[in-house]
Amino acid sequence: MATSTFVCENRIWDGPAETMDPAQRRQVQLQRLVQTLQRVQNVPFYRQALAKAKVQPDQIHSLDDLRRLPFTTKADLHEHYPLGFLAVPRQDIARIHGSSGTTGKPTLVAYTRQDLQTWADLCARFLVAGGLQKGHLVHIAFGYGLFTGGLGLHYGVERVGASVVPAASGNTPRQVMLLQDLQADVLVCTPSYALNIAEVAAAQGVDPRSLSLRFAHFGGEPWTEDMRAEIERQMGLLAFDNYGLSEVIGPGISGECAARRGMHIQEDHFIVECLNPDTLEPVADGEPGELVFTSLTKQAMPVIRYRTRDIASLDRSPCPCGRTGARMSRVIGRTDDMLIIRGVNVFPSQIEEALLRVEGAAPHYLIQVDRPGALDEVTVRVEMRPQDFSDRMAQMQALHDRIDREIQSITGIRVNVELVEPQTLERSAGKAQRVIDRQRQRKPT
Amino acid sequence: MKLNQLSVFLENKPGKLSVPCRALAKAGINILTLSLADTHQFGILRLILRDWQRARKVLEEAGCVVNATEVVAIEVPDRPGGLAVVLDVIERANINLEYMYAFSFRRKDTAILVFRFEKPDEAIKALQDAAINVIAEVDLFDRAPKG
Repeated sequence: MATSTFVCENRIWDGPAETMDPAQRRQVQLQRLVQTLQRVQNVPFYRQALAKAKVQPDQIHSLDDLRRLPFTTKADLHEHYPLGFLAVPRQDIARIHGSSGTTGKPTLVAYTRQDLQTWADLCARFLVAGGLQKGHLVHIAFGYGLFTGGLGLHYGVERVGASVVPAASGNTPRQVMLLQDLQADVLVCTPSYALNIAEVAAAQGVDPRSLSLRFAHFGGEPWTEDMRAEIERQMGLLAFDNYGLSEVIGPGISGECAARRGMHIQEDHFIVECLNPDTLEPVADGEPGELVFTSLTKQAMPVIRYRTRDIASLDRSPCPCGRTGARMSRVIGRTDDMLIIRGVNVFPSQIEEALLRVEGAAPHYLIQVDRPGALDEVTVRVEMRPQDFSDRMAQMQALHDRIDREIQSITGIRVNVELVEPQTLERSAGKAQRVIDRQRQRKPT
Repeated sequence: MKLNQLSVFLENKPGKLSVPCRALAKAGINILTLSLADTHQFGILRLILRDWQRARKVLEEAGCVVNATEVVAIEVPDRPGGLAVVLDVIERANINLEYMYAFSFRRKDTAILVFRFEKPDEAIKALQDAAINVIAEVDLFDRAPKG
């Protein structure tokens, strides 16, 4: 697995909390859930939603009662901009962060002093799980500012007692210089920025493997196992994944341990649910579903059943590291991207994975969903590339059939594969349009 | 003794064939012969042209996916059994024939056919050993109408 020469020892920041007996933790969760419900009585949205659902804090007797509670969506937070979800007096706010919304107004979140302590502790948990120790120097190349990544990780590192270089993002040649001159042990940034740093270093004549980096904590964007292997190969370090979103707290919801078999969720601070995004019924462990989080200790802005729109699966099997918190997989997609084809959930990322297996490089493709009769039909159009084209019909049919088979083996559904001429699928400046769904109007989440 | 053939990927839709044909016409390149293989969804246009390298450039600039392959031109007596003689040789040599098509021009009582073999060099040797006339590119272009 590791191409790096470093190994990560199994260290635990908060033993009693992270290895707590699951039954005992459920008691802690229940007690904290009731406290949270009392706290949100100060938030008009929750007061009304709970009244409408006919649930009062004193009627919560078991964790199963969670299912009676209303959901919170991104749209709800947006509607109550800027701070309509605040559960404490305004003077108790210690800091405000925001989601990195690319259009319109950001979603703002607030923290009390106590919340900032909690948050730093949660970041310390995954940083230590992924190798951080007192005495290490950590180079943080995340954006600072409203984005929770920079300051969140910054205080987590300080909480552990390690040293920080708050390099922030940008000016990559200077990042390389600082990494080289200060000999940082740990890198924190987005995985794509790590590749950028490696590329710029190489262009400057600096072998990225010669840097003193031993560990990296990546987040802020989706990435893959292939990307991990590539970064580890290029930079000679061990890379760890962590997960968070500002609406729930920011980074620190979950993170990988040395075993790297999924990200341990800090269940003493959050209740996680994994639900079918259409029926909102729980899915079985190992099955992909939408992650829904309820905060248990946040003061300034608690959230009840916040729908993340992130699709991942849960694993509650024991982990060799000794932590007892459930583990979540990488985020494999967003509910916004999910297609439901003849009752099966399909993600564009799965189609892309199938095409990568066949063609070996990212091709241009378009997924079209129609419902000509009673059943959904999916057509995947793939642009022909010169290196895959043959004058022999048998070889072309074989290519077509291979794409067909790979898509079916990954998604479990049959699709029509169409090979099309190059440059016939629309390109856009930003995100490529990958899906045309004529089958249904998407339900608002 | 081999010829260069260009293949072009086409979607099986009205108007798709005219894109490469118009591009060649505009560049003043004549098609000596062609064949079209198709499924319900896509097709492969195969072309023999005099200046295949320039034609390839023209087609690629027109946005086509183009592939060049070596094929073999063979002169066959234009009478019953003329083709069977050639196929017997190929079969005995155990060489796989992918596909074939014909030139529209002919000389007296012979026809000229284009063969796509899996192993063109072995095929040429077997044919020549059997005294079958494999036509070199220069000779072929000499015989073909100008253009």
